[in-house]
This record gives sequence, C-alpha cells and structure tokens, in this order.
Amino acid sequence: MVAADSERPNASGVSELLESRLSSAFRAPGIDRLSPRMFRRERSIPLRGSAAALCNNLSVLQLPARNLTHFGVVHGPSAQLLSAAPEGVPLAQRQLHAKEGAGVSPPLITQIHWCVLPFRVLLVLTSHRGIQMYESDGSVMVYWHALDAGDASLVQAAFARGIAASGHYVCVGTWSGQVLVFDIPTKGPNIVLSEELARHQTPISDIATEPAQGQDCVADTVTADDSGLLCVWRSGPKFKLLTQIPGFGVPCSSVQLWQGTIAAGYGNGQVRLYEASTGTVHVQIDAHARAICALDLAPEVGKLLSAAEDTFVHIWKLSRSPEDGYIEVEHCHGECVPDTQLCGARFCDPSGSSFAVTGYDVAEILRFSSI
Amino acid sequence: MSMRTLPLLFLNLGGEMLYILDQRLRAQNIPGDKARKDEWTEVDRKRVMNDIISTMFNQKFMDELFKPQELYSKKALRTVYDRLAHASIMRLNQASMDKLYDLMTMAFKYQVLLCPRPKDVLLVTLNHLDAIKGLIQDSPTILHQVDKTFRQLTDIYGGLSAGEFQLIRQTLLIFFQDLHIRVSIFLKDKVQNSSGRFVLPVSGPVPWGTEVPGLIRTFNNKGKEVKRTEFKHGGSYVAAPKEGSLELYGDRVLKLGTNMYSVNRPVETHMSAASKNLASQTQESIVPNPLAKEELNLLARLIGGMEIQKPSGPEPGFRLNLFTTDEEEEQAALTRPEELSYKVINIQATQDQQTNQELVRIMGEFEITDQSRQSSSKGDDWLAMMDEL
Repeated sequence: MVAADSERPNASGVSELLESRLSSAFRAPGIDRLSPRMFRRERSIPLRGSAAALCNNLSVLQLPARNLTHFGVVHGPSAQLLSAAPEGVPLAQRQLHAKEGAGVSPPLITQIHWCVLPFRVLLVLTSHRGIQMYESDGSVMVYWHALDAGDASLVQAAFARGIAASGHYVCVGTWSGQVLVFDIPTKGPNIVLSEELARHQTPISDIATEPAQGQDCVADTVTADDSGLLCVWRSGPKFKLLTQIPGFGVPCSSVQLWQGTIAAGYGNGQVRLYEASTGTVHVQIDAHARAICALDLAPEVGKLLSAAEDTFVHIWKLSRSPEDGYIEVEHCHGECVPDTQLCGARFCDPSGSSFAVTGYDVAEILRFSSI
Repeated sequence: MSMRTLPLLFLNLGGEMLYILDQRLRAQNIPGDKARKDEWTEVDRKRVMNDIISTMFNQKFMDELFKPQELYSKKALRTVYDRLAHASIMRLNQASMDKLYDLMTMAFKYQVLLCPRPKDVLLVTLNHLDAIKGLIQDSPTILHQVDKTFRQLTDIYGGLSAGEFQLIRQTLLIFFQDLHIRVSIFLKDKVQNSSGRFVLPVSGPVPWGTEVPGLIRTFNNKGKEVKRTEFKHGGSYVAAPKEGSLELYGDRVLKLGTNMYSVNRPVETHMSAASKNLASQTQESIVPNPLAKEELNLLARLIGGMEIQKPSGPEPGFRLNLFTTDEEEEQAALTRPEELSYKVINIQATQDQQTNQELVRIMGEFEITDQSRQSSSKGDDWLAMMDEL
C-alpha cells in the first residue's frame, strides 16, 4: 500500500480494480511495483505527542492472553504508553517524564522499552539523567539510577540508551560505552547494580538478547555502539565476553539476536547477519537508502523487520541452509510509508503477521497487518 | 544530546536569515538618486548586510558559540536573532521578525531532514558560508572573519565520526520537532505538502557511503562470497556521484543550503498550524520552562560577545517589512496563533561590557515562575527586575 495517508479509510472491502486505480493515482513518482500486496494499512493509533527522531523509538508488549497490546513511544521530555485492543482501538494511556535534575532544559528521554523477565515485566525508561524502572503499566516507579556524568559532562552530554532483559538481568547502555547490568528480584524494588561491562568506547545504541540455549558458551546477549562495534556476551552473575565484531566506521543503530544469528542494522542502510559464536559475517544486505532506525524479530518464524529513514519497511525471512548450516536470508515484503522518516518499528504478534511503525514528527502509530 | 550542535544551528539559521533579508532589501531597492530619505538604496542594503555579518562572525562571539554546550531553547535562540537582526540601521516590527524566524527555521528544518547523510549538515553549513562570502565581497576584513570561522568549523567537525554526526542530526531534529509552518516557496516547489509535512523523495542519489539498495550477498565461513541475489527495494535510487568537498573552495555537490530566494520569488508564510498538532504544542507550553537563570547567563555571555553599535537615534524610516504592505504586517500580528508566539525577551547591551551580569538588562514580556520571584540572593536582583505584562 503506497498511499499511506492517515486520513484514508481502511482499504479492505474495496475491489481489486478500484484499489489498483487508487494506488496508482496516489503512487509517488519513482516507486516501482513492490511484491504482491501482503499487508494492508490498519487503523492508526493517535498519540498525544509526535515521535522524536531517535532510533528504536517504539516498544511493543504483546499480551495475547488479555487480548491487549501495549505501545511505548518517546516524544521528547515525555514518553507515552498506551494499550490497545486488537482492532487498534486505544483503551488507556499514560505519560511518563524523565526525572528532573540540574540542567538548562528539561531532560530528554532516549528510549523506553518493556523488559520481559522470567517472573515479571518491567518498563525501563532511559534519559539524559539516568535510568527509571517501572511496573509494566508504568504506574509505579520501582527503581531510579542516576547517571554519573563525571568529567565528560563538559564536552559530551551524558545519557543512557539501549535496554534489554537477559534472564533475570536488565542491561542498560550509556553514552560512555559502559553497559550497566542490573539484577532484578522476582518482585519488589530491591534491584541491584550487579556489574558494569566496559568494552565499548562510544555510546551504546542498542542491546539484543535471546533466551539462553542451555549450553555454557552460547551467546545470549549482544551490545552495539555508535562506532558499529558489536560485543557478544554470555549472561550470568559475571557476564562473559565471547567475541567482538569490529565496526567499519558506521554506527550500528539496532541489533537483534535469533538462534545464534546476530542481525545488525547500520547507519549506511545495510543489514548484516553474523554467526554469534564466531563473529563471522554471513550475509550483507544493501537494504535501505538511508540510516536504519529499527530492527525487530518475530522469533516463532524467524522473520526480521527493518525500518529506515528512507520511509521503507522491509520484512526478511531468516533460515539456516540445510547443507552447511549457514545463515540465509530471503526478502519477503517491502512497504513504503510516504514522506515519513521512520524512527521505530515492531512486530505486533509472535508470528510476524502484523507490525507497527512510528515516524519523526508524526503523532500516531501506524499499523499494518497481513491480508 | 550532542553538545556540538549550537554552532551548526546558529550558522545555518543565520545564513537563511541573510538570504531573506537580502532578498527583501533588494525587492525594496530604490536607485540612489531617486530615493527619498526613508527609502532603501543599494548602499543601505550593503551596509545592513555588512553590519549584520560582521556582528555574526565577531571572534569573541564565535569563541563563545563553539564551546561545547547544550542547545538553547527556542525562546533563547530567537532572542539572539532578534538582537542580530537589529545590529544595523534596519528595524523590524514584531510581526516581520516572527515571519523571518518562521522562514529561517522551516528552511533549515527542511535542509536537515533532507540531508542524505548526517555529516552532510556540514556541507549545508559550508554552502551558507560560501553564499555569505558572496554578500560581502567588497569587505576584506569581514571576509577574513568568515574564513576564520570556516577553519574553526572544519577543524572541529571535519574529524567527527559518523556516530557523532548522527547524534547532532537527532539533536537538531528534536529542536525542530512539531514545526509545520507552510512556506509558500516550498509549497510551489512541491517540497512541502499542504499539511505542512516535507516530501521525502524515494529516488535520486544515495548518500555517500551507502550502496543502492537491492543486493543480498551471502558469504561462507572463510569470507568468500558464495551467492548473490537481488530484491525489489521499491525506490529508484542511483549511486552517489562524488563526495562534497570540505575545502575552503570546493564543489559541495549538495544543493541544500544554497540560496533559494530571488527577487521574483516572494516569501510568504501561512500561519495555520494543523489542528492535530495543537495538542502537542500546547503540551509544550504547559511543561514549565521559564527562561531559567542559567540559560539567561549563557545567553548573556553569548550576546555579550556581540559588539553591537548603539543606534544613533530613532530612525523610523529604515524599517524593513517582510510583508507586502504595512496593513498586511499589522494583520499578521493580530492573527498570529497563540501557540506560535515566541514570547521574545528584549535584551539590550549596555555600555559597560566588563561582566556578564552587567551586560544584560532584561525587559519585555516573558514567562517567569514564582520560584524566581522568591529568590533573594543579590545576583538575582536583575532577574527580579523583569516586568510581567
């Protein structure tokens, strides 16, 4: 669907012929016909404030048992949480603010993300002042960690960015490259800073994890930074660095981990797939014409979603070759969201049959689901 | 988020301001021998441009600007331009100043958004500097000032990493968030649509350092390519021709930041903010953000660096109108939507430039909270002198 005008009504029920007439009338010059239409625009969810131009600026918590989906978007000094029913009808919303502190202007939030831990779900918010952790509905703050700006504050702004849950740990990155590891109890506010990982030298951009595979040396955590460096870890009481994948002068803005495969999205529009255990690159995709802002995974089916500032979203299928076990990828679908510099994208269900995106300056969450 | 954003913001907005003022002054040019006492001549125009540019590129001011620091609020930055625009014999009414600032900000927002690579914002800045030099060709002293700033710029930014430029870009976009003023020249050129959003083309050259999308390459364990497949990206991109030059004289390649105005293309703005944006704009004004003492101090230091000549006397004849008629200007002032009001602080430099505290006398209307009223320390006296209108 090319003409993603938010005022346009849902196209389902319109005949094929009329639809192709409409879409050719609205098609922006230069867009070739994409693969046969697999997704359609669903009703957008309005936001109180537009999305900020940050990477990974959409978090989704799927709650299929309650027939609900939670969304989290950063606006600037505030972030908005909202929950919606399957058809996209918004049910409840809440705004969170970065904790104030010294400074000229109100602190900006850099990211908001739900961390699904074995016995609880926490909502983590990172800002230029520190790290705030809430119960999953954002109603109660259970923990606050102030960043130590130190000497750097004269030349560089301090901020936290990059949030992921790994087992019963929550990992949060900082502007200095440090990754803070917090040990989370099964309930209550007794959260403890357990470790500070110091391998990166530039600001952390994103962290990805997947459930431990059982064996001792299998990677379950990947940290990425603005120089493009990826560090591969095994979580535990003491995190173990398994391998490092050097950058190539381009920031890595978003990273995902699936069955031992690392998917990394870069500022030059490339997606690279690496073997986590060795750090070897196996696939290089010239995926986008501008910086990638977000990657997401549908783990049940091995689908990867990439969104970039070039207004495009692409869906890829990851697999392992039956002959040699190497990672392979296949392009499934591409979607253009006209005139929208995307900043966040997530699958909305584990089978990857629906996804949502946010765009800079756009005060709504755009939703797509497969036909 | 990045503390190196202010110089880029200031120089580019300043550049746009000069383009607009130059165009308006040329449009109102009267040949010297025919001009009445209150009409603009070519000589006047050059004088105004020289005065403003030399104030902008004053060494003390530039040194202050280039120190790593957080971005100012929109209010504070607007105050700097107010001061700059009045650095010469020219006077602007509030409505014209508002319109000028609207045009400046929307133009630079457009340029930042459309930069192919984050680092290209540096090329946009150099485009502005190149054009500024064109405006002051007859003044070697000022040219020298601009060249010095050029070197300062390339020294600091030439070596920054792609990651740092991405942070700078994000910081700039956060500054420009929710600004959707429709600009006539953008609407005509179809770079902005009627809702105020900019058109993002999906064709043309890719950024320098990016490949044309569409290729999937698969490698084996040894790093040898074993397969190549293509996919349909959806856009129609071509390879980047070459990288823009950061030399003092060079082909910047990028056209963003060059002068898009000419005498034949009048500048107008439409002042309606689309209703769905109102919620977010009123949201911002509810969040308490008075121009706190700390920000005023920063502002004072910055403006203190500007060596502005005191106006020799009231010269009402040298008023510049950014609208077509005086009536239009009056009408614009009356009908400007509340959410878009800049609530400018009027700052006038005093004779004594010894200390920063003595530099700034704050008058005029702006928001103050009860907090600042209650402070009783000596240093807060000047803060407490502000009038509430």
